[in-house]
Amino acid sequence: MTPTLGHYLAVSGLLFAIGLAGVILRRNILVIFMCLELMLNAANLSLVAFSRYNLTTAGLPNYNGQVLVFFVITVAAAEVAVGLAIIVALFRAKQTTHVEDLNSLKF
Amino acid sequence: MQLVLFWVFAVLMLLFGAAVVFLRNPVSNALSLVMSFVFLAALFVTLDAFFIGVVQVLVYAGAVMVLFLFIIMLLNLRSERPRPLNIGAWTGGGLVVFGFAGLLGNVLSSDLRFDIQKPLISTPQISDVAAVGVTLFRHFNLPFQIIGVLLLVATIGVVILSNKELK
Repeated sequence: MTPTLGHYLAVSGLLFAIGLAGVILRRNILVIFMCLELMLNAANLSLVAFSRYNLTTAGLPNYNGQVLVFFVITVAAAEVAVGLAIIVALFRAKQTTHVEDLNSLKF
Repeated sequence: MQLVLFWVFAVLMLLFGAAVVFLRNPVSNALSLVMSFVFLAALFVTLDAFFIGVVQVLVYAGAVMVLFLFIIMLLNLRSERPRPLNIGAWTGGGLVVFGFAGLLGNVLSSDLRFDIQKPLISTPQISDVAAVGVTLFRHFNLPFQIIGVLLLVATIGVVILSNKELK
């Protein structure tokens, strides 16, 4: 018995749902940022699963999906660097990482 | 055997992922996220994606999470003190999340094409890393160079953002 494509997609979807719950429910901006990473990784898992289950005519995994995962990881690394720099600048100005205390732009 | 390993890695990954959402101390959140990424890398290896699995451990569990822990300790964050729950946000958020999970179950059970067993791959002529590299440099050369520029822009942006006299 091997796991089916549906198994991997279900796990990936559950991971995405956990990340989404964290982004919606948590109030600490750093934890929200970590949950964003969880959601990106859920997308990566489904991409790799599709690449493994849709073989090319040569009988090899479809490496296009894995290259897309590589790009997603690169963009996520850039995003984390810029996002954490913004959070540090925000903390310097306001002394808090709690989103409900950051309401200067609230209408 | 493969199925057992899949369930072990998947359940552990989801448990540590849930710990990221439910623990109160930011340091425990970050360390749970590291464990979640490590088990995700194990899942990548069960899918024969060795290069992606190694990159996951090196870049995510290594570099990105060290950056997170560094910032948490730099800002000297404590555990959150409990605040009154925002009932509207919790019901709305719960509805969105459970709606999404229900929709996912519905879609995954609707089509037999999601039930295929893992097809056997033919013995590769070149290693997994080489195959990803060939695809990257032959078919995705321009996106690869654009992503290099993106990383440069991000680096310069971080340097400017961390400038003390930000105007």
